[in-house]
Amino acid sequence: MSRLTDTFTTLQQRGETAMGLFLTNGFPNPESTVDLLHAIDAGGADFIELGMPFSDPLAEGLPIQRSSARALQHGVTLADAFAVVRKFRERSETPVLLMGYINPVYRFGVEAFCEAAAAAGVDGLILPDLPPDEGALIDDAAQAHGLDVVYLIAPNSTDERIQAVDERATGFVYAVSMTGLTGSAIDGVDRVSAYLQRARRLVTENPLLVGFGIRSHEDAQHLSTHTDGFIVGSVLINEVERLWDETDLPLQERLQAVEVFARTLKHGAPAAEATG
Amino acid sequence: MPTSATPSASATRYAAPDATGHFGPYGGAFVPEILVPALDDLKAAYAEAQADPAFDAQYRHLLREYVGRPTPLSFADRLTDHLGGARIYLKREDLCHTGAHKINNTIGQILLARRMGKSRIIAETGAGQHGVATATVCAKFGMDCVVYMGSEDMERQALNVERMRLLGAEVRPAVSGSKTLKDATNEAIRDWVTNVGDTFYIIGSVVGPHPYPMMVRDFHRVIGEETRAQLDDVEGRETPDAVVACVGGGSNAIGIFYPYLDDTDVDLVGAEAAGEGLNGRHAATLSKGTPGILHGAMSYLLQDAGGQVELAHSISAGLDYPGVGPEHAHLRDIERVDYRAVTDTEAMDGVKLLSETEGIIPALETAHAVALLPDLAQQYPADAVIVLNCSGRGDKDMATIATYA
Repeated sequence: MSRLTDTFTTLQQRGETAMGLFLTNGFPNPESTVDLLHAIDAGGADFIELGMPFSDPLAEGLPIQRSSARALQHGVTLADAFAVVRKFRERSETPVLLMGYINPVYRFGVEAFCEAAAAAGVDGLILPDLPPDEGALIDDAAQAHGLDVVYLIAPNSTDERIQAVDERATGFVYAVSMTGLTGSAIDGVDRVSAYLQRARRLVTENPLLVGFGIRSHEDAQHLSTHTDGFIVGSVLINEVERLWDETDLPLQERLQAVEVFARTLKHGAPAAEATG
Repeated sequence: MPTSATPSASATRYAAPDATGHFGPYGGAFVPEILVPALDDLKAAYAEAQADPAFDAQYRHLLREYVGRPTPLSFADRLTDHLGGARIYLKREDLCHTGAHKINNTIGQILLARRMGKSRIIAETGAGQHGVATATVCAKFGMDCVVYMGSEDMERQALNVERMRLLGAEVRPAVSGSKTLKDATNEAIRDWVTNVGDTFYIIGSVVGPHPYPMMVRDFHRVIGEETRAQLDDVEGRETPDAVVACVGGGSNAIGIFYPYLDDTDVDLVGAEAAGEGLNGRHAATLSKGTPGILHGAMSYLLQDAGGQVELAHSISAGLDYPGVGPEHAHLRDIERVDYRAVTDTEAMDGVKLLSETEGIIPALETAHAVALLPDLAQQYPADAVIVLNCSGRGDKDMATIATYA
């Protein structure tokens, strides 16, 4: 049983939905990443996606494009991502997936990458430009090192395709909420709901999570009616950017604000926070 | 179709790509899931179109009546005398409507887009030639057109920006990264991801995910097919001793190379951009790159040790790209094509050479191939034949040429 599967099983038993949160490694700077992971962990993230920045992130909207560019200006590498996870693991067992484009992974060496990731305490991989059709590049190495490989589906995926992705994926199936980039506005909750209901019916082997365009607790509640959970990235990136661009704010206050932001995404506005 | 390749019976026919779009280890379709159904639709529509004689007839008709094909195969007598070696012919793609070979492909793709019922066309462009060729066919067929272009390229190819606008296209600047072709391609892909339902992406070179590299090649192979027939007419043989073409993404080169791939006695030479030199800033992907994945395909790539894509540099906006078509990567590895790197300065000499000896001002891209001719002409005996793919005209580059020290 992987850490990720355990997490979903536990949440399911409790009747709770999972919240996955995305942060770019090295954003806003390499020194803050581990602290930020702990802050969102404390704020209720059930798993974390750590973004491996790439020079040409072609499925990303502006927030993650910006965070990637900023991280790369700091010279962040894959080795840094492993170090961050290793450090995070000293204090937390919350699952961590590495998310990023295939080229840096390929350049690193797929086998060496999976080995180093697993050794650092990484639980799985999300590689948005590696569809299952090209997945042979990584599936064996990932499996050998006990890493889940999450594949994605989209509103325009056929039923057959969704079933095939479910067959191939481990960890969970990532339902992209709309045809668009990360951080784009969701076009009509009803349309997305219909698609997620279809996906719910077809995804039988894995938990189903929805991501892209979720900006609030209300969005998350709406969309996760039909899924096992939701994933948020761009609005969190925007919030971190805002907090770090405010120059005279002490680090602890920034981290505290990020924790509250995460908790609010999960449980709603602070008034309802007492239960959390 | 004027002619077909006639390889010896014993030779293994060249058959790439395979069913999943791989040329050896290269190619494939490394794309976000959203684009998978779009590429599946495209593959199906293209296969259907290929099997439909009416599609080919319409494509050929437009190439003849609108593009002006066949383009001449001109004997370059003064250039040949000047270089004092093998006889040089120019395949005159510069005489295509819009001034470059690019329109062969945009005609093919817009016919497909219409077959598929798409209402909106997007494209990326570097030098602006593909953008112009796309804007042109969109005007001809009355379709909406958005062209992404690096903001730096918009400056150095201002004339083409104005042409596109006049043709009714919206030119959107790509302001990220190097502000050149790579970033324009990122933006075009992002647009496609967002508007995948009604939008057809006309990719301008033999790059991108399967089936684009194969499809774009097929729409340009007419260049090599005509060359075979024309050479047969004037020389009594379809095969020259060498064919030379410039390679950025590699569409004009594949267009003229492809019908010769099985003729192993024909030397194929590709000229890529060495920019300021191979130890400085350059765009020589095949000479200096390493295998990697960008814009949906595995190929050679200019990248750093961490797999981040490096900025390319060439005086020619059309060659200023850190990747290259996956088929060229394959042809390099199997040593079927000899790829050589040509600097900015050498290319500028190529512009002068062709202008002064033949009265043809070549595009800066084409000039990279011209620059190889002095050496190549000497490598072959005087009765040998070299064909240069004169892929585009240089009017668009006059500002760059005039200011080059």
